Amino acid sequence: MIQHVEDPVLEVHDLTVSYQRKPVLWDVDLTLPKQSLVGIIGPNGAGKSTLIKAIMGLLPLNSGYVELFGKPLDEIRKRVSYVPQRESVDWDFPASALDVAMMGTYGQLGLFKRPGAKQRQLAMEALEKVGMQDFANRQISQLSGGQQQRVFLSRALAQDADLYLMDEPFAGVDIATETAIIGLLRQMRDAGKTVVVVHHDLQSAQDYFDWIILLNMRLVASGPTEETLTPALLEKTYGGRLTELSRVSDLLHKQNFPIRETKPTRK
Amino acid sequence: MNIDAFWIIFTGSLVAICCSLLGCFLILRRMAMVGDAISHAVLPGIVLAFLFSGSREVWTMLLGAAALGVACTFLIEFFHKKALVQADASIGVTFTWLFALGIILISVYAGKVDLDQDCVLYGEIAYVPLDLWLTETGMNLGPRTVWIIGGVLLILLLFISLFYKQLYLTSFDPAFAAAIGISTTLWYYLLMGAVSLTTVAAFESVGAILVVALMVGPPATAYLLTDNLKKILVISSLLGVIASAAGFYLALWLNGSVAGAISAVIGLQFLLAFVFSPTHGLISRRRIRTAVARA
Repeated sequence: MIQHVEDPVLEVHDLTVSYQRKPVLWDVDLTLPKQSLVGIIGPNGAGKSTLIKAIMGLLPLNSGYVELFGKPLDEIRKRVSYVPQRESVDWDFPASALDVAMMGTYGQLGLFKRPGAKQRQLAMEALEKVGMQDFANRQISQLSGGQQQRVFLSRALAQDADLYLMDEPFAGVDIATETAIIGLLRQMRDAGKTVVVVHHDLQSAQDYFDWIILLNMRLVASGPTEETLTPALLEKTYGGRLTELSRVSDLLHKQNFPIRETKPTRK
Repeated sequence: MNIDAFWIIFTGSLVAICCSLLGCFLILRRMAMVGDAISHAVLPGIVLAFLFSGSREVWTMLLGAAALGVACTFLIEFFHKKALVQADASIGVTFTWLFALGIILISVYAGKVDLDQDCVLYGEIAYVPLDLWLTETGMNLGPRTVWIIGGVLLILLLFISLFYKQLYLTSFDPAFAAAIGISTTLWYYLLMGAVSLTTVAAFESVGAILVVALMVGPPATAYLLTDNLKKILVISSLLGVIASAAGFYLALWLNGSVAGAISAVIGLQFLLAFVFSPTHGLISRRRIRTAVARA
C-alpha cells in the first residue's frame, strides 16, 4: 500500500542506502503530502533513522535521489530542519539552552556573520514555544532528558523551516512532555508545515499522525493513517518477531475495544 | 626585569595563548591528544625539508613540518573512518610511526643534519633572545621567534573570531551542522591545520612537550572553572600566560629548565582548580553532596 501524492513536499525516489555493503534501505520510493504530520514506523534496525539521514544528505546514497519541494536539498536547505536523536550529542558541552536554540539561526547567517540581537530574539521565541524560556541560561547538562529534547526542538523552531525531520523526539521523555510536544507539532502542521517524525510506539501512532510510513528495510506502506495501520500491513512490517507480534495483537485488541471514549479533537 | 627575561616570558605567553585557544576546541571534540600527535609527527617533515633544501632556513622547515602535520591528521582520520580503528588507537599508531621515521632519518643522515630529537622534544625557550631579527640596516627588531608566533596568534585570533559559530556547532552537533550546510570535514581540517601551524611555529622555541602541556593543561583547568565556552577561551589564555611567567621565575630560582617549570606550573594550576573550583571542585562538590544529604 504505497500511495503517491501530487505536488509532494518530499519525494524519495528508488532510494538504496547501505553501511559497509550491507543494505539498510532497499529501493524506497515515496512521496509525502503538504501540511501533514507524518510518522515513520518500524522495528529496531528497520532503517527509520537512516531514511531521515539519507533525506538530509548525511549518508552517501547507493542509488536514487531525494527532492524536497521539487528541488535538490542544496537549493532549499533553509526550508528544511533536522532534529537528530538526543543521544547523538554530548550534553556536557559548555552551552546554555539559549546557545543551542541560537544554533538554529546559524544557517541563515552565512559564512562570516555572527549571531546578534535578532538571532537571540528568534531563539528566545523558540524557547518560549516549547516552554523553556525560564531555562534559557541554564547549562544544558543540568536539564532533564525531556527538557533537553525540548531545547533540541526549539533549535529547529528557531530555524523557521517548512519541513521538519525529527529523529525520535519522544524517546526518553515523560508523558507530559510528550503531550506538549505533540500539541506543538499539531500547531506547526496547522500553520502549514510538514513534520516527519521517527516513532516507535504503535499505540500512540494512531492518534498522533495523519500519514504513516511503515518501514522494514523495504518500504511496506506509505499513506493516510487509517489505510496503513491495518493488521495485515503491521504484521508485514514487524514480521515474525515475537515481542513485536504480541504488541501488534495488543494493538488490534485495543482497536476492538477502544480505551478512549472520544477521539482527539483534531488528528 | 631585564630585556631577556621579558622576551622569554613574552614568547612563552604568546605560545601559551595560541595553544590554549586551540586546545579548548580540541578538548571539546575529545581530541586533546591530537596536539600531541601533530607535535611529534612534524619531525620527519623538518628532516626532509632540511635534506631537500640543505638549509636551516626557517620557512622551508615550517613548510615541511606543516605538511607532515596535516598529513598526520589526515592519516588519523583515514585509519579511524576507513579502517575502523578506534580514534585513540589511530592517533597512537600514526604519530609514533611518523616520529620514528623522523628519528631514523636523523640517525641515518646524522652527518648531514644539524638537528637532534632533544631539540625537537624539549626546545629551549631560554635561547629565544639570542636569535634576533636584524634588518639590513642593522636595526634590531627583537627575537625572530616572537614575530613568527605573533603572526600565528594573529591568524588564530582572526580564525576563531570570524568562524566561532562554525567551530562551535561542528564540535557540538556535526549532524545538525551538516544538515544546515556547514561542512564538518572542512572545519575539522581547518582546525587541524591551525593546530599544525601553531605546533610547528612553537616547537622550535618551546619544544613539543611544552606545546602538548599548553594545549591540554590550561583548557582542562578552565573547564573546571566555568561552563561558558567564551569564558573558557579567555580563562585558559590567562592561565597560560600566568604559567609562562611563573614558570620562568621558578626555573630561574631553581636554575632549571624553563619549559619544565612552565609545565609544572600548569600541572599545579590544574590541581588547584580540581580541589578549589567553585563549581566542579572537589570541595564544593562534597559540600553540595552533604547539603543534599542533610536536606
